Amino acid sequence: MSNFSLKNLMSRQDILGFALLALLLIVVLPLSLDVFRLNQMGKYLTFAFVAVGLVLCWGYGGILSLGQGVFYGLGGYALAMFLKLEASSPENTAIQSTPGIPDFMDWNRITELPWFWEPFNSFGLSLLAVLLVPTIFAYFIGVAMFKRRVSGVYFAIITQAISAILTILIIGQQGYTGGVNGITDLRTLMGWNIRSDYATYVFYFIGVALLFVCLFIAQFITKSKLGRILVAMRGQEDRVRFSGYDVANFKIFVFCVGAAFAAIGGAMFTLQEKFMSPSFVGIVPSIEMVIFCAVGGRLSILGAVYGALLVNVFRTAFGESFPELWLFAMGLLFIGVVLAFPDGLAGIYQRYAAPTVDRYLDKAPLFRRWPSSISQPAPVKAS
Amino acid sequence: MNAAFARATNTDFVLAVEGLTVSFDGFKAVDDLSFYVDEKEIRVIIGPNGAGKTTVLDLICGRTKATEGSVKFRNKELTTLNEHEIVRAGVGRKFQNPSIYEDLTVFENLELCYPKGRNVFGALFFKRDARVISKVREVAEMVNLLDQLEGQADLLSHGQKQWLEIGMLLIQDPDLLMLDEPVAGMSVTERRQTAELLRRITKDRSVIVIEHDMQFVAEIADHVTVMHQGKILAEGTAEKVKQDPKVIEVYLGH
Repeated sequence: MSNFSLKNLMSRQDILGFALLALLLIVVLPLSLDVFRLNQMGKYLTFAFVAVGLVLCWGYGGILSLGQGVFYGLGGYALAMFLKLEASSPENTAIQSTPGIPDFMDWNRITELPWFWEPFNSFGLSLLAVLLVPTIFAYFIGVAMFKRRVSGVYFAIITQAISAILTILIIGQQGYTGGVNGITDLRTLMGWNIRSDYATYVFYFIGVALLFVCLFIAQFITKSKLGRILVAMRGQEDRVRFSGYDVANFKIFVFCVGAAFAAIGGAMFTLQEKFMSPSFVGIVPSIEMVIFCAVGGRLSILGAVYGALLVNVFRTAFGESFPELWLFAMGLLFIGVVLAFPDGLAGIYQRYAAPTVDRYLDKAPLFRRWPSSISQPAPVKAS
Repeated sequence: MNAAFARATNTDFVLAVEGLTVSFDGFKAVDDLSFYVDEKEIRVIIGPNGAGKTTVLDLICGRTKATEGSVKFRNKELTTLNEHEIVRAGVGRKFQNPSIYEDLTVFENLELCYPKGRNVFGALFFKRDARVISKVREVAEMVNLLDQLEGQADLLSHGQKQWLEIGMLLIQDPDLLMLDEPVAGMSVTERRQTAELLRRITKDRSVIVIEHDMQFVAEIADHVTVMHQGKILAEGTAEKVKQDPKVIEVYLGH
C-alpha cells in the first residue's frame, strides 16, 4: 500500500470539496461576474493563500502568527519592485531629474538606484525573491524563536511586533520603498499591458491555479505523518520531544510553508491590483488574515478559502455602505465565530451536512469504494 | 563529588548517575546524587512526596537541566543533550499523568513513536508500510489495545491511556525505560494487568520505576533506592530497605 496514491491523500469528501471549489472558481465566478467583480474576487483569493498557510501553522501546529502580513507584503513588494523598474524606463521618466529610477526616488532626491533594487531588474530573480525572501526571513524568525522555545502568546506578540516594525520601516524609508503610498502606477509586465481586461482574466486564472497548487501541498502535508506530528505538538509539545522529534524544526518548517504561501498571495495581489502598499503589511491586515482562517475553520484548508472569500465579500458589501462600522463588525464576527463555532464554516459543514453528503456518496458509483475518511484530527475543543 | 571527576569515569553500567545536583533558586531538589543501574536491572525509586524522585527522571531525560554532575548512558554523557537526542540514544520516559496525543487515534499515537522518519522530510514522506502496521499491531496487542486502534485516544479510560503510553515507549524499543508511577489511579484489575505487562516488557531492558505501592515494589524490584530531600537515604533489596529504621521513620511509617 503506497502512501502517495490519491486514495491515501484524499477522502471522497476531500475530492468533492476540491471539485466544487474548482467549479466555483473556474466556471461559476468567471461566468457570472463582470470583469471588475472578478478582479475583486481574484484579490480576495490572494488572502486565501495566507489563510491556507495559517491553517497549517495555527490550526494544525498551534502556532498563531499575527504577522503573516509581513510575508504577504514581502512577496508583493518583490514583484512590485520589478514592475516598478519596468515602468520607470528612461523614456517613461524623461522629465525626472534622474531618469530611469522610480518616480518616488526622484521625488526624494535619490539620484541612483539603491543596490538592493538592482536584482529586481531581472524577472527571474524577482520571482525567486517573491518566494525566497519571505521564506528565508520566516526561517530566521523561526530559528530565533522556536529553538529558544518561544511559543504561544509570546510568539504571537513578537510576530505582531515584527509586522509593526516592517510597516514603520517601509513608511519611514520613503525614498527606497515608496513610503505610505507604496509602489504604485505599475503598467506592464515584460512589455505586456497588465491593465487590460484580458490581463485581469489571465491573472485571475493564474491565481486560481497557484491556489490549487498550494491547496494540494497543504493537503499532502496534513495527510502525512508530519501533519499528525503538528497536531500532536499542538496539544502535547513536550511529549513530542520524548517521542524523539526535534519540535523546533517542525515548527520552523510549517512556519516557512505558511510564509511562502502568503508570499505567493502577495505577489498575486500586486499583479491584480497593480500596486503594493504598507497597508497590507501591518498589524490590522495580519489579524484580518487570522480572522479569515478562523471563520473558514482553522482545521480546514478548503474552509480557509471560503473564509477569505466570504469575509471579504461581506466587507465589500457592508463596508461600501458603512465604512466606519466595518472594523467593529469584523471584531464581532471574530468573537462570535470563536465562541459559537470554534471550527468555523468547515465545522458547521462537518456537523450538519457531511453525514448527509456521505450517505449520497455511498450510493454514487464513482465514490462507493473510495475511503470515506482519512484519519482526521479531532476538532478544536471549545475552551 | 567534583563534577569534572564524575565526567571522567567510564563504567560498565547502563546508567551511571554521579554527583547529580539541581538547584531551583538555591533549593536543591536533587543534591549530589549518585547511583548506578545495571544491564537488565529493575530499579525502583521510592520516597516521600517532594523527595526529588520525578526530578531525577526529569534530569536523566533532559527535561530539566542539571546544575552539576553527570548522567551517563552507556558512557554517553546525557546532560548536554536535548530531549529528542536522549530519546534517540535509547532512553524512554513515561510520565506520571498519562501523556498521550488525545487528538489522534490510538494507531496514530503508536505510529508517531515508531523510530523512523524523525526529521522533517522523513516525516513528510513517511510511508505507512506493512512493517510499521505489523509493529503497531504487535505493540497494541501487548498493551491490550488491539480493539481500540481506530478509536480516538482521548476516549480511552484512564488505565488504557496509561497502557497506551507504555505502548508508545515500547515501540521506541528503548534500552532504558523510565516509568513514573505506572499503576497510579488504576483499578485493582488494571493494576494486576499492568504488573503482568511490566514483568513482560522489562525482561530485555533496564528499567527505573517510581512507585509508592510497596507490595508492587517488592514484586518487581531488583534494587530499591529510597530518596529523601534530594538525597539517597538507603539502597538495597526491597527486603533490606523495608527493615531499614531510617526508611521506616521517614517513609514507610508504622
